[in-house]
Amino acid sequence: MNKQNNFIKITFIVLYFIFIVASFVMNFQPGKQIGLNFTIFAIEMLKILPCAFILIGLFEVWVKKEKVEKHLGKGSGMMSYFWVILLAGTTVGGLYVAFPVAYSLFKKGAKLSVIFTYLGASGICRIPMTIFEASFMGIKFSIIRLLVSIPLVIFSSILLGNYLENKNYAIQMKGEL
Amino acid sequence: MFYYLLSITICALIISFIFDKNKTIMALKIAYKKFMNILPAFLIMLILVSIVLFLVPDKMIVNYLGTKNSFFSVTLASIFGSITLMPGFIAYPLCGILLKKGVSYMVLAAFTTTLMMVGVLSYPVEKEYFGAKVTIIRNLISFIISIIVAIAIGFFFGELI
Repeated sequence: MNKQNNFIKITFIVLYFIFIVASFVMNFQPGKQIGLNFTIFAIEMLKILPCAFILIGLFEVWVKKEKVEKHLGKGSGMMSYFWVILLAGTTVGGLYVAFPVAYSLFKKGAKLSVIFTYLGASGICRIPMTIFEASFMGIKFSIIRLLVSIPLVIFSSILLGNYLENKNYAIQMKGEL
Repeated sequence: MFYYLLSITICALIISFIFDKNKTIMALKIAYKKFMNILPAFLIMLILVSIVLFLVPDKMIVNYLGTKNSFFSVTLASIFGSITLMPGFIAYPLCGILLKKGVSYMVLAAFTTTLMMVGVLSYPVEKEYFGAKVTIIRNLISFIISIIVAIAIGFFFGELI
């Protein structure tokens, strides 16, 4: 099943690149546009991802599991949500950067509700993004958005986290320890 | 933004290296392995983004969000926001333009919040880490939160009657 899935993925990726190259050779406008979109976003991500993964690597070797467990784990109180929102505020890029970070946090012993709060908050609370938003939409817009969404994110994360913990859900990525 | 991240990463690496050479090398190995592990999923996400952005260009978003029926526009805005993926430095200037064109704050809140919280296109990546079921639940919850945020914005800006 897994092998077959991988095969489909690889075929899809290869076909896509053949399509893009063929489009440039035959001057097929839509294909060229799609190829251009791909390049723009690939460059954008390559600027962020290597740094993000190096920081994740450093986090994994330096930060002790007990530390994360104490502040973000099952025994931690409401402050854990504060810390993790602060962490999310400094996240750059977007959700796609937050996923591997969240995964590492979980592996270090953070509880599920904290993980989901982190994911939600790294969507809505990124500080550089919010400053940018306020300059285009006005400060009132940003403040209302944050005041409404943060409590909802925490509340829904606690519900979802508790629900999954009751079901003994564990995050386990393929091919990782 | 890029230089800020790059300088933090380099500083962290240097400090780490001074304290413990072996640990730093191990960190780099972990980084490399993790990156390679998720790379295929990222490639698929990029491919989907490139196709969807071609099918749903900025112009189309501008044309459709300005309609009078606010229920319709909010729904459409949140769908656009969910299925597209764009960085803030593209999204907010676009919203600034839309605002000048008379699109309501409520509609723009629906668009930007779903854009930041709901990721249909990043599904391949999210699924690798958290599994299909949790990914779907998380995105549904995020979608609902976005709608509530949009309604709240509409209320405070006096756009709801």
